[in-house]
Amino acid sequence: MSAVTQNSYLARLLEGQPQLPASPSPWLNGLRANAVDRVGALTVPTTRDEEWRFTDISPLTKLSFQPARTAARLQAADIERFCLEEAATRLVFVDGVYAPQLSSAATGLGATVTNLSAAASAHAALIEPHLGRHAAFEDNAFAALNTAFLHDGAMIVVPRNVSVAVPVHLLFIATQKEAASYPRCLLVAESASTVTLVEDFVALQDVAYFTNAVTEVVLGDGARVNHIRVQRDGGEAFHIANCAVSLARGSHYRSISIALGGRISRYNLDVLQAGEGADCTIDGLALITERQLADTHTRIDHAAPHGTSRQLHKCIVGGSAHAVFNGKILVRPGAQLTDSAQSSRNLLLTRMAHVDTKPQLEIFADDVKCAHGATVGQLDNEEVFYLRSRGLSEVAARNLLTYAFGAEIIDRIPIASLKHRLEQTVLEHTQSN
Amino acid sequence: MICQDSEMLLEVRGLCASVNGVEILKGIDLTVRSGEVHALMGPNGSGKSTFAKVLAGHPAYVVTGGAVSYGGRNLLELKPEERARAGVFLGFQYPTEIPGVANSQFLRLAYNTVQVERGRDELDPLEFDDFVRETMKLLEMNPDFLDRSVNEGFSGGEKKRNEILQMALLEPRLAILDETDSGLDIDALRVVAQGVNRLAAKDKAIVLVTHYQRLLNYIVPDYVHVMDLGRIIKTGGKELALELEKRGYDWVGIEHRAAAVAPA
Repeated sequence: MSAVTQNSYLARLLEGQPQLPASPSPWLNGLRANAVDRVGALTVPTTRDEEWRFTDISPLTKLSFQPARTAARLQAADIERFCLEEAATRLVFVDGVYAPQLSSAATGLGATVTNLSAAASAHAALIEPHLGRHAAFEDNAFAALNTAFLHDGAMIVVPRNVSVAVPVHLLFIATQKEAASYPRCLLVAESASTVTLVEDFVALQDVAYFTNAVTEVVLGDGARVNHIRVQRDGGEAFHIANCAVSLARGSHYRSISIALGGRISRYNLDVLQAGEGADCTIDGLALITERQLADTHTRIDHAAPHGTSRQLHKCIVGGSAHAVFNGKILVRPGAQLTDSAQSSRNLLLTRMAHVDTKPQLEIFADDVKCAHGATVGQLDNEEVFYLRSRGLSEVAARNLLTYAFGAEIIDRIPIASLKHRLEQTVLEHTQSN
Repeated sequence: MICQDSEMLLEVRGLCASVNGVEILKGIDLTVRSGEVHALMGPNGSGKSTFAKVLAGHPAYVVTGGAVSYGGRNLLELKPEERARAGVFLGFQYPTEIPGVANSQFLRLAYNTVQVERGRDELDPLEFDDFVRETMKLLEMNPDFLDRSVNEGFSGGEKKRNEILQMALLEPRLAILDETDSGLDIDALRVVAQGVNRLAAKDKAIVLVTHYQRLLNYIVPDYVHVMDLGRIIKTGGKELALELEKRGYDWVGIEHRAAAVAPA
């Protein structure tokens, strides 16, 4: 009974799909058709699914969402406060639709930064081997749904040996109630290239909308990618995102994901160390309050020897909010000399705040070093007293300690203006709690 | 220095306090006037640190009896931060590490909070930086400590110097230093003692909690008190510390108990 209801929910979400313009590339149309088939065969996950045990997304299914029919007309002034001074290249998507008039592309980057629909035919040889190949959608209803709607999105290709000095900023702006958007991003960093990508999800209105994003990141031999993801959706929004990363030999992937907004948000990050000696650092911060739910699921797949991975995930939970973290580290047979460390640290600010954290190690090689741990706690009373004994009020002391807890992650963002802005956000957040 | 006509700064009468339901302080009497330096000595577990924490307002300690007046105000009614702003400073025996809070940020917040309370202007980060670096020079502290998290990864001696730095910045009227000398090498001890002596003034008072006479070679106390089992059982001048160094604490307790049972 409930499967039927859920199926029909996915079918309703698909209603707008046939209106998508056909792509001139047959392979892209084929990919979409496959995804439509998979959506038809899959159901909306429930808390009976192990991967969604702690995250009840039934509130999503009580509302209906369709792609925005009319594009909001935004002026440069509307988005100014979201711009990053360091990022000369910015692609802006309004309710999921590419907005060329708000975007800016720096010349002389040495890299291709464009929207997917423009790139699909011009750069087919670059895109086809990767698009939809890393973010598997066979068993993932939301990745399938995103792929079914694959039309626009961002494409970044950094050629061999090119180092892009300035960050590439992808700004996804939600403006409309009950709008569904399906952001898509493909980043290909060819061998020995370097790039910093910022994916930034913001809202102009505090209304219920649905963002379902998919990002694929491919690193060639020795490539370096900094990937910063900021989810600062409106408080009524639903945000589900899947990101798949593939690392070739000796490549370095550094991810920092920040979840601040959304009524319910879920981020799945899958990192595959396909080549020998790959290295990834994956940090996360969820800062939520009231009745928000923020869920982060990560999977680091050590499939080759000599890989290293470091992960620090933090949650600051206030109000009656609920944070979920599930971090799986998989060390495959043959991935000898893997060196992995994972830590989940959680701060509960109120009695009603709640966190479910589950670090998981699955090790099938015998010569590896893997450490993991989780802590859940409140602010340390001795630290509070120490600050008070120097004149800080109890509230100021608690705010400072909460801020410091989150700042450890934010400080790792290599973009000064974004770091500063997020520090302000954390400060305002801690003061309102 | 002792001046009989100087202002009464701290007056403790019959103070009793407990932690986790266990009574630690069992009726402390102590009078401290402006300008005086007091040394509070005694064996481990006699209640010295508890007394220091109770004066600073640590919430884990419950006052079960007695009264404490500070500058004419009821100290026990004040929150810890109000005591700090009123000029009470506790130098911690084990200074707390606070990861993620830069020492410079913490010092400036504390300094400005107290400045505002005294009706003076706050310093902006640049002004404060100049000021704090000058003070650190006097304490022979490496300026690198400004950029590190509060006390995090500091050695024992560095933590104690950081306490003295805070005291120097905040200029308290009543400084209670809880075993600031423990774990210090001889150079650090000298620097810390200089920091304390620099603070000493006619309108200020210092209470040193210490195990050893060693610190008192550098900071000369006006009074030496011996604590045992939650009470002050003997008070003398600086020569008492020397006697304790030679004879230990046992004889003070024996003498005290003998006096208590002696017929009137």
